Order: sequence, then structure tokens, then C-alpha cells
Amino acid sequence: MDTKNSTKFEPILLSRVGRPNSTSLESYRADGGYTALGKALKMSQPQIIDLVKASGLRGRGGAGFPTGMKWSFLPPNVTGPIYMCINGDESEPGTFNNRILIEEDPHQVLEGIVIGCYATRATTAYFYLRYEYGRCYRTLQKAVDEMYAAGLLGQNILGSGYGLDIHLHRGACAYICGEETGLIESLEGKRAWPRIKPPFPAIEGAFRRPTVVNNVETMACVPHIVNRGAEWFQSMGVPKDPNNPRDAGSYGPKLYCISGHVNKPGLVELPMGISARELIDDYAGGVWNGRKAKAVVPGGISMGFMSADELDTPLDFAGPGRVGCLGLGTAAVIVIDDQTSMVDVLYNTCRFFAHESCGQCTPCREGTAWSTKILERIRSGHGKLSDLDLLLEISNSIGTIPGTTICGLADGAAWPIKNALTKFRPEFEEYIRSGRKSEAPQLAGAH
Amino acid sequence: MNVVKSQDAPVATTAVVNGMTVEVGPRENVIQVARKAGVEIPHYCWHEALTVVASCRMCLVEVGETKPDGSVVMGGKLVPGCQTPVKPGMVIRTDTNKVKTAQAMTLEFLLLNHPLDCSICDQAGECYLQDYTYKFGKAKSRLNEPKVQRVDKYHIGEQIALFTDRCVMCTRCVRFTREISGTAELQVVARGSVEEIDVFPNKPCNNKLAGNVVDLCPVGALCSKDFLYKKRVWWLKSQKSVCPGCSTGCSIEVDQNDNRVYRLRPRTNPLAQGHFMCDEGRFGFRYIEDNRRLRFPALKASTSADTPASHHKNQAPLAMNGNGQAHSPSGMKVASDLAIVDPWPNIISITRERIRAAIKMNASDFAAVLSPMMSVEEAYLLAAFLKGLEPRVRLLMGPIPIVGSDDRYPKSVTGEAPAPGNAKFTIRAEKCPNRLGVELILKHFQGAVVPIEQAVAGGTDIKAWYFVGGYPHGWVTEPIEAAVKDPSLLIVQDIFPSPLSMRADIVLAGGTFTEREGSFVNHAGLAQAFHPATRAIGDARADGRILHELTQQRGMFNAAVLRQEIANHIPAFKRMACGDLGLHGVRLFDSREGLS
Repeated sequence: MDTKNSTKFEPILLSRVGRPNSTSLESYRADGGYTALGKALKMSQPQIIDLVKASGLRGRGGAGFPTGMKWSFLPPNVTGPIYMCINGDESEPGTFNNRILIEEDPHQVLEGIVIGCYATRATTAYFYLRYEYGRCYRTLQKAVDEMYAAGLLGQNILGSGYGLDIHLHRGACAYICGEETGLIESLEGKRAWPRIKPPFPAIEGAFRRPTVVNNVETMACVPHIVNRGAEWFQSMGVPKDPNNPRDAGSYGPKLYCISGHVNKPGLVELPMGISARELIDDYAGGVWNGRKAKAVVPGGISMGFMSADELDTPLDFAGPGRVGCLGLGTAAVIVIDDQTSMVDVLYNTCRFFAHESCGQCTPCREGTAWSTKILERIRSGHGKLSDLDLLLEISNSIGTIPGTTICGLADGAAWPIKNALTKFRPEFEEYIRSGRKSEAPQLAGAH
Repeated sequence: MNVVKSQDAPVATTAVVNGMTVEVGPRENVIQVARKAGVEIPHYCWHEALTVVASCRMCLVEVGETKPDGSVVMGGKLVPGCQTPVKPGMVIRTDTNKVKTAQAMTLEFLLLNHPLDCSICDQAGECYLQDYTYKFGKAKSRLNEPKVQRVDKYHIGEQIALFTDRCVMCTRCVRFTREISGTAELQVVARGSVEEIDVFPNKPCNNKLAGNVVDLCPVGALCSKDFLYKKRVWWLKSQKSVCPGCSTGCSIEVDQNDNRVYRLRPRTNPLAQGHFMCDEGRFGFRYIEDNRRLRFPALKASTSADTPASHHKNQAPLAMNGNGQAHSPSGMKVASDLAIVDPWPNIISITRERIRAAIKMNASDFAAVLSPMMSVEEAYLLAAFLKGLEPRVRLLMGPIPIVGSDDRYPKSVTGEAPAPGNAKFTIRAEKCPNRLGVELILKHFQGAVVPIEQAVAGGTDIKAWYFVGGYPHGWVTEPIEAAVKDPSLLIVQDIFPSPLSMRADIVLAGGTFTEREGSFVNHAGLAQAFHPATRAIGDARADGRILHELTQQRGMFNAAVLRQEIANHIPAFKRMACGDLGLHGVRLFDSREGLS
């Protein structure tokens, strides 16, 4: 695996992080910023889309959908506006890669957005930002103002005749706004209830216009692809599996967020496909207090759990799925040490999803709350062994994978339950048989 | 020129539901197609008149497609039937284990926090949560934890109450106020399993269509305060009827028990109003049991003495007070001084003789005023009888009650009405059901429609009057009252006492729309039949029967038979020849030109 040499990896997306004054337009330009934009504006739109397609760039927001393909879904010969929405509603527990990108190097993201908008013929971009990210908001607003002043936004960008406006929009603290159609509804001023598809946003999205929704980190990759080409991008990461025609490969650099029971939590940039063990031992200073890892969340809590035996799984788009997790997600690795009760972990997880379920689809609305109540009872020492099967039945009957919900929130709620109850079942059974109560501090009510 | 290839492989136009083949119409979803095959797909959030949200997940089914080689490939996932348009060749399965498990699971989810208070719930008996649980659900909930407690919201509207804990969050009511009334009072607050339907503080749901959310609610969450705790629904008997409130002519069901009407509900009719009705019509029916109603026919004493039926005058009147005056049970005087109450057969024959005598004296002095509250059949009987006696008898159109202007929905955010073409519901200003039908009768019998206002303007030479009322409210205007100063004959057929009935020689106590049968022609020329739901109050009689006997027809009054006769005699009504107008009624004309 080419990631074995990853210790020598030179950061790309994070290359300017930590430098003095890294958020200013001046310093970004001094480091060669906006050359990619100049280059892109001289290319035709299909050329850029083909370039992004050739690079194999997949969305960094969680689903890993090929970005170039998403851009090409827009109907041809559209009259009227096309919109681009940038998903900065980074709410997945354990995830903070977008935050660092925006706070430390906003122009890199914005350059990617302008290129993406040019490629998709969008004339307005809405940057949907999580409400809690106040500093991001201020940094971004400053950067956008600088761009307008420098002629990088507004009418006739760099004399190309192409015009773009970027609006910042702050959410109101809801996980569901990170779902692309929930984001669009919220942007329109409505309750963030994900929409039924079809129509997909590319046909009818924000304000009933064709819309592309992309993640912040995805857009940050775009200027580098334009500058250095698709082959350079494909030189990093895990190539596609020749035996699996549906595998699109995992190329390029990826920001891995490491948190939980490690000595040195933080954000590292590495080529796709590093294993959780390497991340913990080589980059996060190992599990804290000399303990061992019991479970690791591969990419945000909704992706489920890997057990200690599965730590060598490569964290690319396909890897976590091979060990029963939902996917790579946001590549937010949360480490859980061997002194932690999985019952408490699962309870906290379920509590989060019960709180964040938007309440639209019956199975998710009731299933998340019910499983939380069951775990609450188990934690209070009144569990029954049959509860575990009931929890599994609930988790198997909610989500888009069985087809019982509109969006994937319920899949994210179901997967940790499934993983915990299959991979750590003896611990749950022992816990219930002992009839003991949780020693973890009581968490504030979910509602 | 394009040539349509017709000899290629035949294009399938059918789908297969649980092994049964059914025709697929345009723009039909799985629920609708399955219904045609007699397969019920349970659903809560989906409603024909509202947008699809596919959120209740009750209508999950398995679908597949037929490949060109005839093999069937099923999709791997469950799909909501409401959201899935049916393409020809589609294979729909609702009887697989996967579907049944999903249905039972969704019902278990919906019932988790439901209070199961069916015994005190108004909806019990017509509740989709009950019905579906019996058909598709499990007998037992596996919830071992406390249920979510919620507070009922009695304040949510003047006419509606919200029993929050019974709600299944289908959001039909929310979508109704956004899409049909446009007033958008209702909304969802909070999130997840504690979310609720609510209104903004001090902004209750009081729009003129608000009552419809009670019908839309598939469970007992939204209840009508007017009907609340009045009757268990399984005691109610429904009769197909037409709302007489305005010229929209909403198709309705009259729900009665023991001769008392408890509620009106809209009946879906794409030709008339669609799915809904307004609160004015829905709650405006109480006048039918008003104490002031005319409850018996009455006769002025002098009239009685002069007639061949005078040998009856020694008979005891049906209701007299000590002064020999007829009174209604409320104590209100209903007819002229010294009126006596005679049994119906005498009154009818006296009336007939008086009419004949008056017409013999001077036919052009005689006028009958037909009300737009009358049915086509009643108007026909009276007009045909009088014109048959003497063509010079005048027929006049009674007052047309107009209140304000047409009220169209959905309203915009600022409360503006949509253009007439875009309206999803219209409450019409013309507060009577059958102006058009009566006008067509008048046109047939005397060529022109003469409104009473025109006939009495500047004085009139009419001496003998036959007035038909039937309005729920006062209708005798001052010019009319003035014109009927010193009549040689005054016959009033009405449901309420009026200044005219006080002076009348003969008062015929008629019936309301729930007591009569016949047909109304609405603003667009749609003739709809309405059927009697209750017996007439007191000794009053349905107008059709009064006129049937007055005009000495054979047998019993039967609106359907009479309609056939009308269709044979009057070209404008020829489409009523079937007699039975069906559930949706019959359009009398293809275009609006026939209406002018």
C-alpha cells in the first residue's frame, strides 16, 4: 500500500494552515492562490467537469458521490439561474475538517467554489454554514468581501465575462441541515425536512432551480486538481478495485479528524486509505493513559463502530464497509478505550440521533426515540436480554437501506446499534445480566 | 410527417398488483392503481388533494418491472406507494413478508406514544389508526417505557380542537392550510418524537375552511368542537346531499341519528367543489332545528270559512293558544290573527281552490314567486301547474341573496385571493343553491326571468301572490312587503315566519334541504341530486310533497321520476333523463354559454 510512506506526506489542503495571516487574500495570492481560477476561466465548462471526473474526486461530505458526475447531472440548456450550495453544516459528531479549512484558509475553499460554479454555470452560490461556527462565518465574510474588492467575485471575474455572487447563510443548529435537501429547505427558510426524490436537486433544488450541493473539503480539492491535473490527484489514495465495477476508487488527500481517547487529538491530512491503527499510533500519540482501543468510529458516529480487531482496515471509501460499517463518512475517527462501557457509548449515540431526527418519517422519528428509551432502561439496570433483539429489529427497520425513510439520517442512527450489538454483544449481555447501573454521569435529557 | 409505428410490440398499458392485472391511467400512483385492483394500501400522509410528502411510511410496497423478455425484476427496497408513479408493466406486491413486516412495524411505531383512548375518542369507528391496526398491525406494543406526554390544545381554533397525543404527524392539516386555504396557521413545532402540530401564539386556525382539517385528520387528533362528544359515529347514518349554502353546491354527506342532524361532511366530487367544504356550510345547518321554524300549515279564519272545506272548521285546530292564534312552540306568532290550523289535506285543497278562483278572476293579477332555494323539481311542479291553469299567470324569481363577493382560496401570504382560474376552492357570494335551475324553469315556461325586485319596482298591479321562501334567513325586503299591501290572496310556502306569513291567507310549512329531495343546479350548470336525511320538523312537509299534492299528481312524490319527466319536457334538462344523477351529478351544458 502506498500509504506506508505516508509519514513523508506533504500536506496539500492544510499546507497553509498555521502560517501567519493565512486567511488574507494577499498571503493566499503570494502562495500562488487564484492561479487555478485564472486557468479554469480559460477552459471550457465541460473541460473542467471532465478534468474533475478524470481525477476521481469523490464528495468528502460523507456519501462519497463522484463530484464530476454530480456536476454533469445538471440539465443542458437551462434557461435561468443555476445554484451552487456549499454544505458547511458540519454537524457529524467528531468532525471538524471543514472548520479548520474555513478558519485557516478560506480562500482555498472559495477559489474551489468559484471554479465549481463556473464549471456548473451557477451564477449564485449559497454557503450554508453551521450556526455554531461563528469564527468561520466572520473569516469567510471577510474573505468574500476581499474577493469582491479584488474583482474575484461579482460581475466579470478576472475579465472572463463570468459573474458569481456568494451568499453566506447560517443555519440554526440542526444536524439534518447537513442532508442536502434538508439544507436546501432550510436555505429557503423552511423547516429542514429532507425532500423526497425525485426530483433530485440537480433538476429541481434550491428555489426550484437546478442546484449542486457540495461539501467544503470537496471544493478545497478543486483548485489543486485544476493546477496539478487529474493524474497527480490519482497518484494518491487507493485505486479502484478491478474486481468490483461499482468501486470508483478513493483518490486524493483526505483530512482525518482524530478525537476521543487519544493522547493527541487533531486533524491530519493523509492520502486516502490510511488505517485507523496508523492514525492512532503514528499521528495521535496512541490511546491515552496507556490503554488499548476497544472500538473506533471510522468516520463520524453514524458510520458505526470498528472493533479492536478491525483497526487495520484502510479508511478509504470502501474499507469501513468491508467490516460492516456504513462507510467512510466524514473520516472522523473517534477512539473509544477499553475502560469505556459500550452501553454508555451506544446510549449517547442513540440519544444524539433521537434529538436530531427531524421527525418527518415515522420509523426514524419513533425508532430513534424508542431505542434511546430502551438503552436508558438498560443503563438504569432494568434491561432484559430480549431488548437486544428488539433494538436490532428497530435498527433493521429504519433507514433508506430497507427503504423506510426519506433520508439517510436513520441509517446513521441504525448503524451504530447494529455494529455495537453484533460486535460487542457479550458485553451488552453481561451488562444486562449483572443488572448494574451505569457509572457514567447522567447526560442532560435529549429533549 | 411522423408516422406512428403501430405494428411494433404492443405497448403494455397494465400493471400487476398481487397477481391481478389492472389498467394504468395517466399520473396514477401505486395506491390508486392498487385500489382499482381491490387492494387496499394503508396510508396516512397521502391525500389526493395535497402534495406528496411520503413521510408516514405506511404505504410501503415492493415494486418491480417486467423486462422485455417477460421476466420480472423486483427492486430490492421498499418504496412508498404514494410517491411511486405506476408505469405500464410495473409489478406491485403488497402481500410479501417484507411489506407486511414494514406495515406492522410502522403501525407499532405510530402507536408507541399513542394514548389508546379510543373509548373517549370521537374518531373511534372511523379512525385509520384503529382500522389499519386491525388489518395490518400487531396486537401488542413492545414499549416498556413511559410514553411521551403531551398537552391537548383546545385553543387551536374556534371550531377545532387538537388532541396532541393522538396525532400521527401526517401533516395533512399543515399542508391543507398552506396549499388549499393558503392561510398557513398550522405548523410543526419541535423535532423528533416530541414534535407537535401547533399554531403561533394568539393566531388560531380560524380560516373559513378550517373545518376541513378535521376530515383530513386520519386519526382523532383534530376534532370538531361542534361535534365533540355528541355522538358515536357508528350510530350515524349518512345521506348523500348537496350543501345549499352557496351556488358552489358542495357535495356533502348529512350524518343523522334519530332524525337529528349531527354534522355535515364534504363528499369528494371532482365536478363540483373537489374534496372540501367551507365552515359556513359545514356548521351553518343548525337552522333546520330552529325553534322558530314553521311547524304546521295555517289558514286565516276568514279563508277557512269561505271555502268548500268549511265543514272542517269545527274540527279542533292542531295548535292554538287561548286567543285562537297559531303559535310556534317558541311562542312566536307564525301566522295572521285568528289563523286556524287545518290538517294538510284540507289546506291543500283549499289552497288549490283559492288559486283557481283567483286566476279565474284575473289571471294577470296572479304571480308566483319562485325561490332560488327550491329544487328543480319543486320549481317545475309549481310553474307547470300554474302555467297549465292559465298562461297569463306571472312567474317571478325570488330574491337572490348575495353577500359580499366570491371568496377564493388559496390566499397569498398577504391574504390576497388568487385569480379565478387558479382558485382551489371558492365560497360564492350567491348564497343560494339553485338560482340557475329555477331560472331555467322560468325561461322555459315564460321565456324570461323576471326578478321580483323588478316586478314590484314603482308599484305593481299584482293582487294575488304565491310566495315560496325556504331561505335560512329573513328574505322579505321592504319593497316586497310594500307591494303586498292589500292582496286578494296571499299564499306563503316557507320554513320561517316572515312579515308575509303574518298576513298570509294560507301558510304552507315547508322543509329544509335535509328534509327534501330533489336536485340543485350549481353555478357551473352541474345538476346534483340531494336526498332526504330527516323527517320534516313538526307537522311541516317537504315542499316537493306539498306541490305534488297541490298539483294533483299521481302516486307519491319521487324526485328521480319527476326528473325524467322534466328532461323530456325541457330541452335544457335533457341530460337529467337518467333520473338518477349519480354521485357526482350531471353537467347540463358542455360550456358556460348554456348558462347565460
